[in-house]
Amino acid sequence: MSALIASKIQSNPKYLQLVRQRDTLAWTLSALVCVMYFGFTLMIAFAPDVLTQPIAADSVIPMGMLMGVGVIFFSCVLTGVYVYKANTVFDPIVNEIVREASK
Amino acid sequence: MKIFKSTFSAFLALAALFFTNLTFAADAAMSAVTPASAVAAAAAPAEVPVNWHAVVMFLIFVAVTLVITYWAATRTKTATDFYAAGRGITGLQNGMAIAGDYMSAASFLGIAALVYMNGFYGLIFSVGWLVGWPIILFLIAERLRNLGKYTYGDVVSFRLSQGPVRTMAAIGSLIVVIWYLIGQAVGAGQLLHTLVPQISYRESIVVVGALIIIYVTFGGMKATTWVQIIKAGLLLGGATLMAIGVMSHEGFSFAKLFNDAVAAHPKHLDIMKSVVPLGAKANPIESISLGLTLMLGTAGLPHILMRFFTVTDSKAARKSVLYGTCFIGFFYVLTFIIGFGAIVLVANNPEYVENVTKSVLALKGGGSMPAVYLSHALGGDLFLGFIAAVAFATILAVVSGLTLAGASALSHDIYARVIMKGNATEKQEVWVSKLSVIGLGILAIILGIAFEKQNVAYIVALTFSIAACTNFPILALSIFWRGLTTRGAVVGGYTGIFGSIGLLIIGPTVWTKVLGMGPAIFPYDFPTFVVLPAVLIVAYIVSKTDSSESGAKERAAYDAQMVRAETGLGAEVGASH
Repeated sequence: MSALIASKIQSNPKYLQLVRQRDTLAWTLSALVCVMYFGFTLMIAFAPDVLTQPIAADSVIPMGMLMGVGVIFFSCVLTGVYVYKANTVFDPIVNEIVREASK
Repeated sequence: MKIFKSTFSAFLALAALFFTNLTFAADAAMSAVTPASAVAAAAAPAEVPVNWHAVVMFLIFVAVTLVITYWAATRTKTATDFYAAGRGITGLQNGMAIAGDYMSAASFLGIAALVYMNGFYGLIFSVGWLVGWPIILFLIAERLRNLGKYTYGDVVSFRLSQGPVRTMAAIGSLIVVIWYLIGQAVGAGQLLHTLVPQISYRESIVVVGALIIIYVTFGGMKATTWVQIIKAGLLLGGATLMAIGVMSHEGFSFAKLFNDAVAAHPKHLDIMKSVVPLGAKANPIESISLGLTLMLGTAGLPHILMRFFTVTDSKAARKSVLYGTCFIGFFYVLTFIIGFGAIVLVANNPEYVENVTKSVLALKGGGSMPAVYLSHALGGDLFLGFIAAVAFATILAVVSGLTLAGASALSHDIYARVIMKGNATEKQEVWVSKLSVIGLGILAIILGIAFEKQNVAYIVALTFSIAACTNFPILALSIFWRGLTTRGAVVGGYTGIFGSIGLLIIGPTVWTKVLGMGPAIFPYDFPTFVVLPAVLIVAYIVSKTDSSESGAKERAAYDAQMVRAETGLGAEVGASH
């Protein structure tokens, strides 16, 4: 990659917008995962009673088990959201930017 | 030959370091064999039944993988073929391979064993191991694919000084790889020995080491990836069958499964009430540090990061994380069911348990066996044979991936870039890789024997500490922070390496349990909560105070790096087929 193409891309407003949009999505989703997971971890640390409370009076299944499986499930869902968005929205913009710069 | 000499002496030094443990563990192993059974085995070896189902399935797997290795060997000509499978792996294939690398024997046997011993607590491990994946995808996967060639050291040293930064990255990789190898080799030894008692623990580890050397030296990344894909398919299939078996035994009712487990486990309701290992004390700092370690450690495992270089482009890298995450998530739910199933079906069965009256559910053949015995309880010898062969295949495949990652750190980072300063030919580089594979294979055998009596899941957790404290933060800083300079990366990186190893040695795992020195100086198993912030602070301060000319150039080079990371322009291209 020549320095010329790199500087062309950098000054392309589309590139700046793409980076901003993609970063916003990536960091938002990361924050969601972290809140979810560290919420769970902090409960282990500071409120274990909530996690070990049964989901129903006659059940031995603790709340934490549902939450744990929930964290696994939502991790997969959020991953899917990002891949869908990147494939359908961001990739075409990247291709366009690269095409314009290498002209 | 200089590199060969220095590599070899490094291996020798490491081997010597562990040799003291080796004799220690060997003594322990000898005393663990009860005289009665030893005499019986010596007097009438024919009486010990051989599980022919398992042996046949294991042999079929080995035969198939050797054919693949032969096929891959004929197609492995360039360095890109050897390290990155010619960059011709698709997203789905790589997703399977990622899941394969991740669903190690330690997670299959280890998590099932954790659940079996501690109940609900096992799930906490699974969750922590999974949530690293979305983070890798959102922040790292594409950028890594766009910036790197074969190792994550490529990315870290992209705009920094090659020699010192690559050395640090390679040392971080090697330590992680070697620790992880220990866990895998121990699992392999216990498994094969339990399955075919005629083959001793040591002999089975030697078999594993020899197969790894064959797969990796001849077939490179292509063989490693395909072995991984086949194994992931077998493992997911086998675990699904087991979970279905458990659920059908329990009338497809989770309520009945958990009630029966509570009734069967000697700790009863405690297995649902404890968020720490049973018998341990709850400790907030410990749980936060564990969480941090599991999550960020995933994003710092060199054999996983290496997978992103085998795909055609960043789109395929992205897809592979999605497939991988879904496979792994599904798999963890299965291991959880399997662990509880083992409590119900294995825990009180004198066929599997060493001593039924003991409150600790000590199993014959070691702590990693609940899943294997459960398969026997569900489907007899045939199913046990299948699951054992799959678990063994799992170990072979993961160890292959690890060995390749370690070898590429030695050859691509240390030999080609640091020692030869980029002047090595591809042929020389691949040759050094193959030598490194042989060295690592032998090291795995030695360490596997030395660590026979350790819990495998625990050792993996130790690996994660180093990956989370060193590899991940430096990788992230080099990608996201313009201000990082060589000095900052190197000083920060070594802070992570020495900090985590030092605190692990004076912590409970090594100080108390391995060395037997009494109460640990550093009271926590996972040092991440201390070391990770220290690494970030040190890297920040050292970079900020770096007023050198080269430092200024490195900061200025960030823009070009960012354009490549974001657009993939100039990234290594994939195979056209």
